[in-house]
Amino acid sequence: MPSLPDMTTPNVEALAADARAPRPDPAETVPELKPALFEGLCRLGDSTLVLGHRLSEWCGKGPALEEDIALANIALDLIGHTQMWLGLAAEVEEAGRSADDLAYLRDAMRFRNLLLVELPNGDMARTLMRQFLFDAWHHEMLERLTGSDSARVAEIAVKALKEVRYHLERSSDLVIRLGDGTAESHRRMAGALDMLWPYTGEMFAGDGTDAALAEAGIAPDPASLHEAWHGIVTEVLEEATLGVPEGRADVQKGGRQGRHTEHLGYLLAEMQFLQRAYPGAEW
Amino acid sequence: MVTETLADTATVWGWLAEVPDPEIPVISVVDLGIVREVRHEGDTLVVAVTPTYSGCPAVDVIDLEIDAHLRRRGVAKLRLERRLSPPWTTDWLSAEGREKLRAYGIAPPVDGTAGSRVQARAARLSGQPAVTVACPRCGSRATEKVSQHGSTPCKAAYRCTACLEPFDYFKCI
Repeated sequence: MPSLPDMTTPNVEALAADARAPRPDPAETVPELKPALFEGLCRLGDSTLVLGHRLSEWCGKGPALEEDIALANIALDLIGHTQMWLGLAAEVEEAGRSADDLAYLRDAMRFRNLLLVELPNGDMARTLMRQFLFDAWHHEMLERLTGSDSARVAEIAVKALKEVRYHLERSSDLVIRLGDGTAESHRRMAGALDMLWPYTGEMFAGDGTDAALAEAGIAPDPASLHEAWHGIVTEVLEEATLGVPEGRADVQKGGRQGRHTEHLGYLLAEMQFLQRAYPGAEW
Repeated sequence: MVTETLADTATVWGWLAEVPDPEIPVISVVDLGIVREVRHEGDTLVVAVTPTYSGCPAVDVIDLEIDAHLRRRGVAKLRLERRLSPPWTTDWLSAEGREKLRAYGIAPPVDGTAGSRVQARAARLSGQPAVTVACPRCGSRATEKVSQHGSTPCKAAYRCTACLEPFDYFKCI
């Protein structure tokens, strides 16, 4: 049904039509790019997969029914994004693997997610602060990817961005409410922020793979996302009476190159158990 | 000699309008706006379906129900296509579908209120909600959001402060 133009969101029909317009898609036409593209898609899909799994760990244990449901819904969105990113990665790889194979049959050293998302949930303060720091990056990353020269990448970003707007709205609200809440909620949110801050720099540290994808117009240079991210984070943290930490943000990194914390192995042991024990099992 | 005639696409659209959404059975997959195209390729009927939310667990069930229903209606050769672009929007909910939602107790989406940071910030600073949703039971606009997420990915949880009933709001995306 046609409707009035939506004033508050980009014109998604136009974005999508633009994304569909025939132009050479580097993802399909430049064979030399395929290894970098596969790597880049795994980085996106692995971060959404691992965070989606972490959030699903709250299912049935949330401190309030509404929070439990919200976290499970966000986990679903992220796992949906994973199916799209890893599905495209599997197509690009052309090795006969599926998105499920990539998710369930790779070992930790093959995972390319940010370290931030594999950290244990901790308390709700840490879960929500991690979510906010990630959402602010995720939102900016997807906005930039909607303009990718790869139509396949752009269409996934357009779809995912609609959902991630709600993620960022919710996590910003909760960070403000809890940061500027009781003495106890403030103390916990401040502690979570200090603990997580050294992991945030990894989101903006590019390497050769990122440079190749940026050069081809497929994905933005990660460093170019920092200013927008920092703007959102500063605004929300100040409103939350927490403020931006002064310590270095780029201390903990390596996840995007396959160097992980011990936590990822435990997560994969649980997530992959069924496919490892009963290969090919289906619902 | 037997000549098989293919059902014209208008007839197929009519059949699709008989397939209920598995989560909200009062509306059909056509009301929901997720059927994007019906066409023939040779003697094969192709139906393009788009997901509402990317992780919506009902997607596979919907495909299954469409497939089963069209086969019951006599379609022999059928292929379902998953279409991602343009992405689904609540703007595609039919007027009839919106009325059915309201009658069922789910407030239909208020168009043009998809999540945005600017709007959320304005709502925070002003203390006024960004979206005013009318209670589907008593019609009062004195309602408040309990949670941005409800029983399915596409809904938020609200309550009416006039009749005191909780209700689902089909949020804009």
